Amino acid sequence: MSKQHMLNKPETPASQPAYRVIGTPRPKVDAYAKVTGRALYADDIMLPRMVYGRLLRSPHPHARILSIDASRALALPGVLAVITGEDLPRKYGILPSSQDEYALAIEKVRYVGDPVAAVAALDPDILDEALKLIHVEYEVLPALMSIDEALAHPENKINDEARIGNIHKAVSYEFGEVEAGFAAADYVREDWFYYEGNNHAPMEEHACVASWEPNPADPVGGRLTLWSSTQTPHYVHRELSKVLNLPRSHVRVIAPNVGGGFGGKSDPFSHEICACELSRRIARPVKITCTREEVFLNHRGRHPVKMWIKTGVKRDGTLTAMHFRSFLDGGAYGSYGIATTYYTGALQTVTYKLPAYKFEGMRLFTNKPPCGPKRGHGTTQPRYAVEVHLDKIARDLGIDPVELRRRNLIEPYTRTVNGLRVTSCALGECLDAVVERSGWYDFHRGKSGLNGNAASEKTEHPAIRRGIGIAASSYICGAGKPIYWNDLPHSAVQIRLDRGGGVTVYCGATDIGQGSTSVLAYVVAEELGIEPEDIHLETADTTLTPVDLGSYSSRVTFMAGNAAIGAARRLKEQLFAVAAEHLRVPVERLQAGGGVIYDESDPGTTLPFVLAIELSEARFGALVSSGSYAPPEGISGNYKGSGVGPSPAYSYSTCVAQVAVDVETGEVNVEKLWLAHDVGQSINPLLVAGQVEGGAYMGYGEAVMEQQVFRKGRHKIPSLLDYKLPTTLDTPEIETILIEIPDREGPFGGKEAGQGPLNPVIPAIANAVYDATGARIDEVPITPDKVLKALKAASTATGAARPQVAPIQAPSPWPTRLVKWQPEALDGAQDMSDEHMQNADASSSIVMKGGQS
Amino acid sequence: MRELITLHVNGERREIAVAPHHTLLEVLREDLGLIGTRHGCELGECGACTVLIDGLPSLSCLVLPIEVQESEITTIEGVEANGQLHPLQETFAELGAAQCGYCTPGILLSGIALLRDHPQPTREQMKEALAGNLCRCTGYTKIYEAVEAAAGRMAERRDAQ
Repeated sequence: MSKQHMLNKPETPASQPAYRVIGTPRPKVDAYAKVTGRALYADDIMLPRMVYGRLLRSPHPHARILSIDASRALALPGVLAVITGEDLPRKYGILPSSQDEYALAIEKVRYVGDPVAAVAALDPDILDEALKLIHVEYEVLPALMSIDEALAHPENKINDEARIGNIHKAVSYEFGEVEAGFAAADYVREDWFYYEGNNHAPMEEHACVASWEPNPADPVGGRLTLWSSTQTPHYVHRELSKVLNLPRSHVRVIAPNVGGGFGGKSDPFSHEICACELSRRIARPVKITCTREEVFLNHRGRHPVKMWIKTGVKRDGTLTAMHFRSFLDGGAYGSYGIATTYYTGALQTVTYKLPAYKFEGMRLFTNKPPCGPKRGHGTTQPRYAVEVHLDKIARDLGIDPVELRRRNLIEPYTRTVNGLRVTSCALGECLDAVVERSGWYDFHRGKSGLNGNAASEKTEHPAIRRGIGIAASSYICGAGKPIYWNDLPHSAVQIRLDRGGGVTVYCGATDIGQGSTSVLAYVVAEELGIEPEDIHLETADTTLTPVDLGSYSSRVTFMAGNAAIGAARRLKEQLFAVAAEHLRVPVERLQAGGGVIYDESDPGTTLPFVLAIELSEARFGALVSSGSYAPPEGISGNYKGSGVGPSPAYSYSTCVAQVAVDVETGEVNVEKLWLAHDVGQSINPLLVAGQVEGGAYMGYGEAVMEQQVFRKGRHKIPSLLDYKLPTTLDTPEIETILIEIPDREGPFGGKEAGQGPLNPVIPAIANAVYDATGARIDEVPITPDKVLKALKAASTATGAARPQVAPIQAPSPWPTRLVKWQPEALDGAQDMSDEHMQNADASSSIVMKGGQS
Repeated sequence: MRELITLHVNGERREIAVAPHHTLLEVLREDLGLIGTRHGCELGECGACTVLIDGLPSLSCLVLPIEVQESEITTIEGVEANGQLHPLQETFAELGAAQCGYCTPGILLSGIALLRDHPQPTREQMKEALAGNLCRCTGYTKIYEAVEAAAGRMAERRDAQ
């Protein structure tokens, strides 16, 4: 562990055992493959007789397809096959409730980049030529490019999935007594905010290789294998089977090393399905590698969201009620959008105690690339809005923003007003840590009377203003419900021991760089008393490995980790049974460690691990075991729609940002971020700190530069030349503080770290910009032009600065039935058990099932 | 039409027939099987395709192989010698500087050139040297720490000799 990341271990319960592997900094199991260039990513796979594929994409944001003529392309030497929408006429989509995509457009295209045809050819150079020879006749339709346009033109329906006009989904909830809550408030404030959309921009562009192997003896005709840069091989497997009309037993999906995902590789994609279909037609492996422009068009990134918040507080800052509205710009297709819509509202109650809460959300279809899940999925935008809104309230009431937050913190082992079960929570510790480490109060003391320039003692340009801002957040450790309705485990692990001492761990978990494969090795090594390097790992292969639902919703460490503990403990029982006899030691006294099983009262009495395996195999037969995990029941409310938001645990994060704003150029220089994260227990603190730093970096990019903007229906900047990502020269110094108070249900007490730490970064920076300049920019990214505009408005307006975010005229009434729910509805039905129960009760609400609204 | 050229890659002389318009990146990956050199943007913006050409970090997606026939080209595969890693590779692995690992070969090559020119680089020198290599996973923090640790390790090994 480097000195930069001091680990806080506030209180380690006396009963907690000392771990050998868990909690120690060590290389990832694939670290050496990655630093030597040996690690294989999807585009590195080259198979004998492999050919290449590419997609022809729509040049229009909205158009009817009148005809497609591919005859000239087919006639080109080297072209092997061309397919169009009619060849793949089955709809699909990641959510069972949004089956609205075709692999290739049929009848209509809905955004610039919508795939229309796919070609296979002997080499990539021929593909360029072939795509130009496909003639598509379009009838161009008017394009709707914003939330406001989509609401204003219900007659121009983009997608038939929309319930009303272009409203894909509308939700409306009221928890507790909202009216009474506002009546009890001493002060009520309303604000509008806008969060621009952005792309994940993983360094690896999406790529896949599909290989169909014909078998005339098989009634199905053959078997299909797809290697793809995906975060969710299990869901890709299901959708491929559906669209290609192949039994799942004949489809195998493998995720090799994935070069970053951040949510952008979580959908089944057109290029994956087309590679498979082309391979099936020509019986040769087909590779499709997306260009960077295509990554921007695949998108599934952060939804642009307009938000309105009204909050009531007592004079001392105690929250009495909140009413929150979100309007999501969903782009042309559903993707995860229904879940995203719920997520913009569901977690407001998990950071601060809200006694009454009303949430109305709606997602609109527009003629843009489909939006989906990006790190923080649907919670990042409202977290930004709420944290800035609370900062304003604190200033209005003359309360220190830290103090206002402290007075409202959610408490551990409680229920929220919308029925979510909260278990371990170290939010207060996180807040203390960033306040102390950043010198929050010293900064403000130093600043008083210095006109917003805390660093006036330094010789520095007079246009520089320094400021400091704070924010807090929470995030799920895995979605409480699977994407499609089922009672099956969310994650499963199998372990096989061989008589040579070999240990092989099988799990569907998909390592996208976060280290999930390493986590499996650490957990099994800890349990079996061996080293992670002793373990062979097979992961993310739908034929070879038991299901893990995928690398989304920060679920893998928690769920696959618990499954791995279960599998390892079963084997340990068998090994200990024979060891007890062999060593003549009661089984309760046995421990595993250092490659041996030993008597804890007499550590000299040992049985080598390899010998224990041999003896066990002689006794029990070949040694295999499995473990599985599903979140417990009873962790949500019991109303329709309560399936988004529940999680077996929540992580908590706080951030302080220090900025220097140049009031002449509007440039925001984020000088430092302090980030405290409640991770329960680090499985490997190096990896946890890496996730926190990566989240801080990505949040920083979203706060000040990254944005997906469009002109005349087209993505304006679909390249890394124009779409700005933070380089080493931009990225602020990041100080990470890990708070470790083990969670009762997490593996060894561990919680997530992949997504949560991003959320407080954006509002902390926004609040710091206000602290520095006195101007509010209620929109991200906070670019220099907006800073200058806000400063100008603040200096010229006589009263308050003009609102910068144009309000949306909300449909009245909200276009869906209001669900009213009181937390008392759970009384007597609560299950606060901390056992890892299998899903046993199928009757509770499952959100993603069709016919949700 | 393909053209016969000679490249000197990782100390090996390779005679290959290439399409003259193909970039060095394409030829390294597709024709020579050196897949450790990655692609991420096609425009010379991301740095994933960085290789050393006569010791200088260069974007192989912007270089035509025909132009560099007289040069010594080093890819990530040429950094280790018979399984012996460069100290920067060791510290990258030990300190968690590689997450998804996709940008890692390019960053290592830029970092190795930096350590050659500045054996004890400051953070500012690191930022300058690595500004052309995007990493979306790490926030660069662990990368700086790995460069610092490698500098220390290289100094120790020099002293020991």
